[in-house]
Amino acid sequence: MQRDKNLLKEPAIQKSRATELTRNEPKMELLRELVAHLRQNRTLLREEWVARIAEAQLLTAMTQEEIFAEATSVYDSYVAALETGTFEALQAYARNLSERIIPRGVETHEVVGIVLLLRDVLARSLFAKYQTDFEKLNRILDAYEPAANRIANTVAVGFVQERERVIRQQQEAIRELSTPVLQVRERLLILPIIGVIDPQRARQLTEQLLRGIRTNRAKVVVIDITGVAAMDVTVANHLVQTVEASRLLGATVIVTGLSPEIAQTLVTIGVDLGKMNTVGDLQGGIEQAERLLGYKVVTP
Amino acid sequence: MAADTQILIASDKDVVTARQQGRAVALQTGFSMGEATLIATAISELARNIVSYANQGSVTLKPVRGSNGASGLTIVASDSGPGITDINLALRDGYSSSGGLGLGLPGVRRLMDEFDIVSRVGGGTTVTVTKWLA
Amino acid sequence: MLIATIQAALSDADLLELRTALVQQVVRNRSSGVIVDVTAMDVMDSFASRTLLEISHMIRLRGAATVIVGIQPEVAFAMVQLGLTLEDIPTALDLEEGLAYLQQKARSIN
Repeated sequence: MQRDKNLLKEPAIQKSRATELTRNEPKMELLRELVAHLRQNRTLLREEWVARIAEAQLLTAMTQEEIFAEATSVYDSYVAALETGTFEALQAYARNLSERIIPRGVETHEVVGIVLLLRDVLARSLFAKYQTDFEKLNRILDAYEPAANRIANTVAVGFVQERERVIRQQQEAIRELSTPVLQVRERLLILPIIGVIDPQRARQLTEQLLRGIRTNRAKVVVIDITGVAAMDVTVANHLVQTVEASRLLGATVIVTGLSPEIAQTLVTIGVDLGKMNTVGDLQGGIEQAERLLGYKVVTP
Repeated sequence: MAADTQILIASDKDVVTARQQGRAVALQTGFSMGEATLIATAISELARNIVSYANQGSVTLKPVRGSNGASGLTIVASDSGPGITDINLALRDGYSSSGGLGLGLPGVRRLMDEFDIVSRVGGGTTVTVTKWLA
Repeated sequence: MLIATIQAALSDADLLELRTALVQQVVRNRSSGVIVDVTAMDVMDSFASRTLLEISHMIRLRGAATVIVGIQPEVAFAMVQLGLTLEDIPTALDLEEGLAYLQQKARSIN
């Protein structure tokens, strides 16, 4: 939005006293007038906006009907934010909208783009309406611009935050897929841990296991650490925490695949191995688990 | 960035309020249910310390943005109570001993990503902890 | 057999009241077992954990058994991070498991 401020100053100085009094018209009054104008011309302005969106080739992933439906909601939320001066409702709406359009492949630049287009369409209509009164136009724009910019910001930030949330969720899902908690028998879960365990993965494994215990109503869990690449004190601590947390959910944990080195690390951090249920290998662990659960174990 | 929330702590009922608000703000910031529970638990411990040792103080929840753009939540638990005489002792990790004795500060430190404490005898205590979104 | 269900927004004072009330009930009804259902507790901090320990010990002193049920996965995770393990108090997944545990215990005693 370009305005030549110098050009506008001269007419203002030449105006009479009466106008100087109206210059002090409170901002709320101006906003009310502005909002009324935007509501009156809703249909027209919305159409113009949708046309500009198509022209700029934005939201190509959506159909015309969808764009029209969303445009109506955005327009109304925009005007409501201008009217109330509060942005919580707009923020909530932005998040909502983002939830709907992100799966459709809509990108950040498109969302920012359409909000800026709306800002421009509305500003132009203000130029047209108040073109005979530069004084008033100036004041109306003084009220409109900060609010419009804040709106653009709010919507963009809302969209970006929602995107970040979706990405985090997807990353978590990918991590989950790479380490399944297996239900082998009723009430018995096996968690084979393979590879490198960083603190984040350890936390995620523990949460997954605990959820699994609840969902599968497991009474015994066999955690096999044969495939764990390296066990340092941090990881050992995570293992102990996992065992204790499982206990709180009423499940007994059997740890299998404990090498002498790992046993040493556990002792170093103060774990009483006598208290921890450990068995040499996974097969032995499963048999022990079945015994605990009351299954008869048939040995060939 | 959402605004800060301050909760005055003067009774054990305020401890409940603080952790409920803490959970709500944590979820708003984008933390998962599990992380929100960790945060609420840390807040509960910190708020309870205020009630037990200082009679009154406040817990402030501050949504923050890190230098790398990551979102997070900072919690400031502050009081003008008697202060901690031996901070090192209070921070000693008694992990394997029966949990929950004393101030629970080592536990709070484990729950959060960043931990800072300032305390003066007769001059109050301020604990500042932060958790970042992964 | 007594079942005590703990609500979510219990303050410290409420918890202490519960402790007293539970022990009185155990004595009055001569209960053999108590199930404390914490499903609704969204946070278990050091005070709550300590109080549960006390409840359990006090009930045991009066000849009854306790089992804590319903600890949520997220809560359990936070607890162990804080170092709260509920020591030697028996725990079970939910009410059903808790009942099964107490019944089994009663059977093995007889």
